[in-house]
Amino acid sequence: MTFQASLGLALPELILAGAALLLLVVGAFQPRASGLLVLAAIGALVGAAVAAAVGPFGTAFAGGLIADAASTFAKVAIYLASAVAIPLGQRWFERRGVHNFEFPILILLAALGMGMMASAGDLISLYVGIELHSLALYVMAAMHRDDGKASEAGLKYFVLGALSSGLLLYGGSLVYGFAGSTHFDVIAQAGAGTGVLFGLIFLICGLAFKVSAAPFHMWTPDVYEGAPTPVVAFFAAAPKLAAMVLFARLLAEGFGGAAEQWRQVLILIALLSIAVGAFAGLVQKNLKRLWAYSSIANVGYAVLGLAAGDAQGVQSMLMFMVLYMIDVTGFFACLTALSRDGRPMETIEDMAGLVKERPGLALAMTAFSLSALGLPPFSGFWAKLYVFKAAIGAGLGAPAVVGLVGSVVAAFYYLRLIKVMWFDAAPGSTDAPAPEARLVAYALALFSFPIVLGALSVLDPLAKTAAAALGLS
Amino acid sequence: MTGILSLTTYAPLIGVAAILLLRAFGRADEAKAANAARWIALVTTLATFALSVLLVAQFDASDPGFQFLEDAPWFAGLHYRMGVDGLSVLFVLLTAFLMPLCIAASWKSIETRVSEYMIAFLVLETLVIGVFCALDLVLFYVFFEFGLVPMFLIIGIWGGKRRVYAAFKFFLYTLLGSVLMLAAILAMISIAGTSSIPELMAYKFDPNLQTWLWLAFFASFAVKMPMWPVHTWLPDAHVEAPTAGSVILAGILLKMGGYGFMRFSLPMFPQASDMFAPLVFAMSVIAIVYTSLVAFRQTDIKKLIAYSSVAHMGFVTMGIFSGNAAGEQGALFQMISHGVISGALFLCVGVVYDRMHTREIAFYGGLVNRMPWYAAVFMLFTMGNVGLPGTSGFVGEILTMTGAYKASTWTAIVAATGVIFSAVYALSLYRRVVFGELTNPALADIADLDWREVAIFAPLIASTLALGVYPSFVFNLTQTSVDHLVAVYQAAIGG
Repeated sequence: MTFQASLGLALPELILAGAALLLLVVGAFQPRASGLLVLAAIGALVGAAVAAAVGPFGTAFAGGLIADAASTFAKVAIYLASAVAIPLGQRWFERRGVHNFEFPILILLAALGMGMMASAGDLISLYVGIELHSLALYVMAAMHRDDGKASEAGLKYFVLGALSSGLLLYGGSLVYGFAGSTHFDVIAQAGAGTGVLFGLIFLICGLAFKVSAAPFHMWTPDVYEGAPTPVVAFFAAAPKLAAMVLFARLLAEGFGGAAEQWRQVLILIALLSIAVGAFAGLVQKNLKRLWAYSSIANVGYAVLGLAAGDAQGVQSMLMFMVLYMIDVTGFFACLTALSRDGRPMETIEDMAGLVKERPGLALAMTAFSLSALGLPPFSGFWAKLYVFKAAIGAGLGAPAVVGLVGSVVAAFYYLRLIKVMWFDAAPGSTDAPAPEARLVAYALALFSFPIVLGALSVLDPLAKTAAAALGLS
Repeated sequence: MTGILSLTTYAPLIGVAAILLLRAFGRADEAKAANAARWIALVTTLATFALSVLLVAQFDASDPGFQFLEDAPWFAGLHYRMGVDGLSVLFVLLTAFLMPLCIAASWKSIETRVSEYMIAFLVLETLVIGVFCALDLVLFYVFFEFGLVPMFLIIGIWGGKRRVYAAFKFFLYTLLGSVLMLAAILAMISIAGTSSIPELMAYKFDPNLQTWLWLAFFASFAVKMPMWPVHTWLPDAHVEAPTAGSVILAGILLKMGGYGFMRFSLPMFPQASDMFAPLVFAMSVIAIVYTSLVAFRQTDIKKLIAYSSVAHMGFVTMGIFSGNAAGEQGALFQMISHGVISGALFLCVGVVYDRMHTREIAFYGGLVNRMPWYAAVFMLFTMGNVGLPGTSGFVGEILTMTGAYKASTWTAIVAATGVIFSAVYALSLYRRVVFGELTNPALADIADLDWREVAIFAPLIASTLALGVYPSFVFNLTQTSVDHLVAVYQAAIGG
């Protein structure tokens, strides 16, 4: 593979990196974010998505970067989700007097890192991708500097993120030491000795941190609560998909021979996450914390799909994450849109009587809640259907039943939100919602139902090819 | 006639779209918009009823298989499959029959958020008809499960004082049962490689596996029926629901459980059904005797009728698991008849509740002095509930007991005492509410039925009596399918 060919395979990354650097220079001369800068960032993301979709497949930079069906599937979803996040956040920051031009650029850098995660073929690019996107996220979480909670969230996120990076590096170095290479395919040939497995456990722990799976979920509620809502809308969705794809690729291509071992670990992580997400969510009053626990539970379902350990399992995980991104982005877009007397509406009580006040947004939030609950015919149901079908097909009947019962426990808190919105009386009027956030919320709600019924027939074969590319059979 | 099933199923959604469009673009004031929503809902449900009548008229009763088939591939091996046979076609008719009556019954009693209310009912109608027409397991589950949401909102928004508690209890109870069924559905799809209900009916599952699958389906349908001891959500839901909500709940939603047993449990898991039949018999007779006694002690009219529903559903489960033609026919007939009679009884409660806003039995008494027509109507449905010959209630009870007698004599004997108990509580309710001196001064000016209420009760009276004297209307339609079901079942268990 020549260097030029490698560059061709890395075209989406090059577009994003080039755009980020260029916009930084522009920003240096024009510190207030202009509409043009925002548009350019969105354009770069859409361009990268197109480049990923039509680009050739292959292995670039001596195995460091892989472009295949799986990375393409993930990248298109990641770039588009990032593109949606830019207008959502920009308007929110402007309303609060923060006019920095950095936000769209940070999103670009995060998207670049996430794309690398989806394409990572060895431990070095794995680490670089993770760090690049994490650093951008830390900054975004703390970008609203005058807000004490946001700064706290940023710091917590950074410290705990650094800890997980340490775990990843330690695991990576162990694997390198025992297998003699950082390349996934060479690691796979080295076999699953005790040393390699020991390193694998650390790698799994580090990645579980990134996807906020129990028992490495502690940072999630605090960070979600403190960080600006549109930023949460961004980092509750795309980074999870990137990390899950990386997870799948690492396990499939690097440790395919140790499937029996890692499956046990994943089942444990999945069930713990589902239980923690369901039970701890019951006592939450703040909606952002509530959805943090909901996302912990949902990542549990995705990990359960991966724990099936076959192509169907990987496919179910991909479908689950993409459909889950719709719910979580949509829900936080609703929260971004809503405020009362300039104060964000973040507790469950704040939503009282919303259906009279803002029927459109209340309907959208109802759809997202029911979807996250896993009720048909919303997108979240089909996501869960894939996961449980894969789990049951792979002989994980008992964990699947535990997961399903967990979803009934979690149903209580989604229902409580719906109850407050629909049954209670409104205490006062809300401010006019930002048009961007409202548009995103409506579009995603319509996707959640009914568009999903048609979209499934498109997504299903794509996810199937993507899963096949990862080579678990 | 391909497409008529989808048309019937989704016809109510046209009404939903009309109401939504009117709200979005109409400039009418609140009262006019509410009235328009009522009329749209009524016209839509009547049109759906007309479609369902057409469906039954076109139905070929001599064919034991599925008719009006629709099949379109969807994704990941799932199909959009619809079809009806003798077991399901009457439920479509029953649903479409009760819905306009529900809309009419809510005409005056629902005054807040009228268009949302009508939308909830129309969506519910689509989902319920979909449940009875779906021939793909996943499609069935989608209709079955989403039906919880409109009912949750109907109870929670337009219900009584403890409506939130009742709505949550209803939703969570039913959801827990349903997710276990979902696990079983996915296991069946994994093993048999198809989600088509007709194909799965022909598939022979391993008997050990059948035990688990049967239990998972049972968890869902037993809650839905509801069977003792998982019936406790029903009285709460009924008491808090608005009148029309109770009618739909008792008249149709409960029947989804019985339909599920006949559609899935018996033909797909025959060995397990046979093995668990004694358990079902025991639970059924406990339901019949125990809930009848509980009903006798109630002070709230609606709660009494709710418990009586549980008792009557006991006859249905007993009939279904007797596994012979008389039992199945009786169970089907009992479900149709109970759908009409219990719906009518809840409407009777609604009549006095609309006037007095209480359901306490002690509050009433002597209504016959002021409301002779009401007394006559209530009498007829009370007798139907007791199972008096000449009403439809009698036919179902006698057939299910005949069927059960063949399968398990003791079950039938104990169940027969339930007939006496039902007379005890139903007649005593009637005596306490209608007969006697009119002592409560608040009742002095209570008005008799108005023309709207007469129009609601007339079709219910007609069908109760018609089915009582000419039950063959039902049997003609169901005979072939039931015979087929019983033949397959008996062959599978080697009986």
